[in-house]
Amino acid sequence: MLKIENLHASVAGKEILKGINLEIGAGEVHAIMGPNGSGKSTLSNVIAGRDGYKVTAGSVTYNGKDLLAMEPEERAWEGVFLAFQYPVEIPGVNNTYMLKAGVNAKRKHQGEQELDAIDFMQLVKEKAKLVELNESFLSRGVNEGFSGGEKKRNEIFQMAVLEPSLALLDETDSGLDIDALRIVANGVNKLRREDRSIVMVTHYQRLLDYIEPDFVHVLADGQILKSGDKSLALELESRGYDWVKEEAAA
Amino acid sequence: MSDATLTKKTEPKPEEFTNNEYEAGFVTDIDSDTLPPGLNEDVIRHISAKKDEPEWLLNWRLEAFRHWLTMSEPHWAHVQYDKIDFQSISYYSAPKSQEDGPKSLDEIDPKLLETYEKLGIPLREQEFLAGVAVDAVFDSVSVATTFKGKLKDAGVIFCPISEAVRDYPELVQQYLGSVVPSGDNFYAALNSAVFTDGSFVYIPKGVRCPMELSTYFRINALNTGQFERTLIIADEGAYVSYLEGCTAPQRDENQLHAAVVELVLLDDAQIKYATVQNWYPGDENGLGGIYNFVTKRADCRGPRSKVSWTQVETGSAITWKYPSCVLRGDDSVGEFYSVALTKMRQEADTGTKMIHIGKNTKSTIVSKGIAAGHGQQAYRGLVRIGKNADGARNFTQCDSLLIGDTCGAHTFPYVEVKNPTATMEHEATTSKIGEDQLFYCRQRGISEEDAVNMIVNGFCKDVFNELPMEFAVEANRLMEVSLEGAVG
Repeated sequence: MLKIENLHASVAGKEILKGINLEIGAGEVHAIMGPNGSGKSTLSNVIAGRDGYKVTAGSVTYNGKDLLAMEPEERAWEGVFLAFQYPVEIPGVNNTYMLKAGVNAKRKHQGEQELDAIDFMQLVKEKAKLVELNESFLSRGVNEGFSGGEKKRNEIFQMAVLEPSLALLDETDSGLDIDALRIVANGVNKLRREDRSIVMVTHYQRLLDYIEPDFVHVLADGQILKSGDKSLALELESRGYDWVKEEAAA
Repeated sequence: MSDATLTKKTEPKPEEFTNNEYEAGFVTDIDSDTLPPGLNEDVIRHISAKKDEPEWLLNWRLEAFRHWLTMSEPHWAHVQYDKIDFQSISYYSAPKSQEDGPKSLDEIDPKLLETYEKLGIPLREQEFLAGVAVDAVFDSVSVATTFKGKLKDAGVIFCPISEAVRDYPELVQQYLGSVVPSGDNFYAALNSAVFTDGSFVYIPKGVRCPMELSTYFRINALNTGQFERTLIIADEGAYVSYLEGCTAPQRDENQLHAAVVELVLLDDAQIKYATVQNWYPGDENGLGGIYNFVTKRADCRGPRSKVSWTQVETGSAITWKYPSCVLRGDDSVGEFYSVALTKMRQEADTGTKMIHIGKNTKSTIVSKGIAAGHGQQAYRGLVRIGKNADGARNFTQCDSLLIGDTCGAHTFPYVEVKNPTATMEHEATTSKIGEDQLFYCRQRGISEEDAVNMIVNGFCKDVFNELPMEFAVEANRLMEVSLEGAVG
């Protein structure tokens, strides 16, 4: 599904990722944890193809294709989805309209017929229920005037509509209160499928109580220092990250 | 109204979408009667004689001309261009086949019909959008006006102004120059001296005009200036919605378009005036393009009258216009909604003037400026609250959007308040299309080009909402912006 080999990347001339190796199988849920500045968000942005992140070495292969050679929109058409840590506001652009443009561009790429407005509205209303998103949000500007929690919910709603095969959730839990966290996590759980892989980037074990990962990785100083199952997350919660670094250095 | 730009919905490669091709840039090969370049009293007499005008109008023109000779070109606008040689311009050009004035639709030169058809403006009534009457102005003359009969049944007069001078002289004489006096400014004086055609509208007392009226201006002849004059009078309780569109061929020379539009509103009258301006903008190096120097003003004479200007300015090398509202009647309302786009080497200095004279007068200004490429954009607006304008209110919002870092946006708001009961609100923002907005859209599967257009259209939404439906769609298409080097 996704294979990352010896990935090095820099931002503004500074090397952030220093040789990442990671393999993600279909249907698996991986959690990537690590201290601030360890490169977690950089990793999601590099996979999604954001400008300004320069890959200096290594490869990312996705369903047998060279992901790094694709434009961001091509990656989206191939099924890569990034739930943003800070979803941006786009004033005046209708939330549903933008999403419809995205869905239809993807369908066109896959040789499928584009959805008309009526079919699309039906799809969207159905998916909005998944994250308990009020229908009034559908006709508002993209993230315009949304609260932090509403923005995050909107991300998962978009994920539900776009049906990705690889979803990267970049600190989707940050800024959420307990109720909102539960709603968002429930939404993600309903979207778990055998052919859909999910990578969660997070600081806290808390999210993993709701969305149970198959694998947990510790990312520190641009490298994956340790991998394990969900018990690793609990251990990190009680012991912090330093012991992992020390162990790796030894 | 410029349905001219039928967009090709192919998928251009990034290097190809620097500039959308100007699709109205063709030339119609037609025999024209064109005056040699130059401006003097004989030229004015010639124009007046061509149009068989009464003495008073010729004298009015000559007086304007003599006044113009004493005036100097204004240079306060934030635009740069070479000095205009007013003696190198031809002031009159008309297709020969139209010499005897507008004929019935069946007799129009097929080449003219074809020209307008190519621009998306079929002049045969049965083919046109139901509910829109069109006056087609080609260079210096009106070549056709549709649905005249139907409008006349409702008492509405909609005809070329030259025809109005002949058929309704008392109306023309009463109102011409009463809103924009002939000596108002340099270009208004020039227009008053040499204006050739334009539309005339009169909506009688209590009549709601049964259809949208629109004028489509086309410059075709080389080295010719277009100086049209539009006069719209809405009598007590009348209502009309009026649209104008403009295109011109692609040429290396600059051409001058200096129009005057006067709106008169009596008690309780309402006029909605929308412009979709798509004159040839010149090429990416700034060669050619129209100089669009226009004076537009509405006079809300009667209480409770209401005027709204909506403009989408996407064409012209240089745009210099400030559709204004004189709010004389108590409780009268003025609105100005504007989107101006400058790309390549285009420059625009545009805005409005809201002159509050009557009590409880209200004005709204929403201006959206978008600059891309090497485009320069200035909003210039005056809000003046006179000393008797108790309870006057103004709301101004002016936003600028920059695409890339070689363009510029400037704001020049002027406020004069002479009455302490006035309420003024002003909001202004300048933003850049963010890399993060673009990436967000692309991550959702939307191509970079489509994403830019989506963001720009979202930015303009408040203004597009004011346009009639068909024109909003057209405006959306005209806003397709180039992207090269747009995002840092």
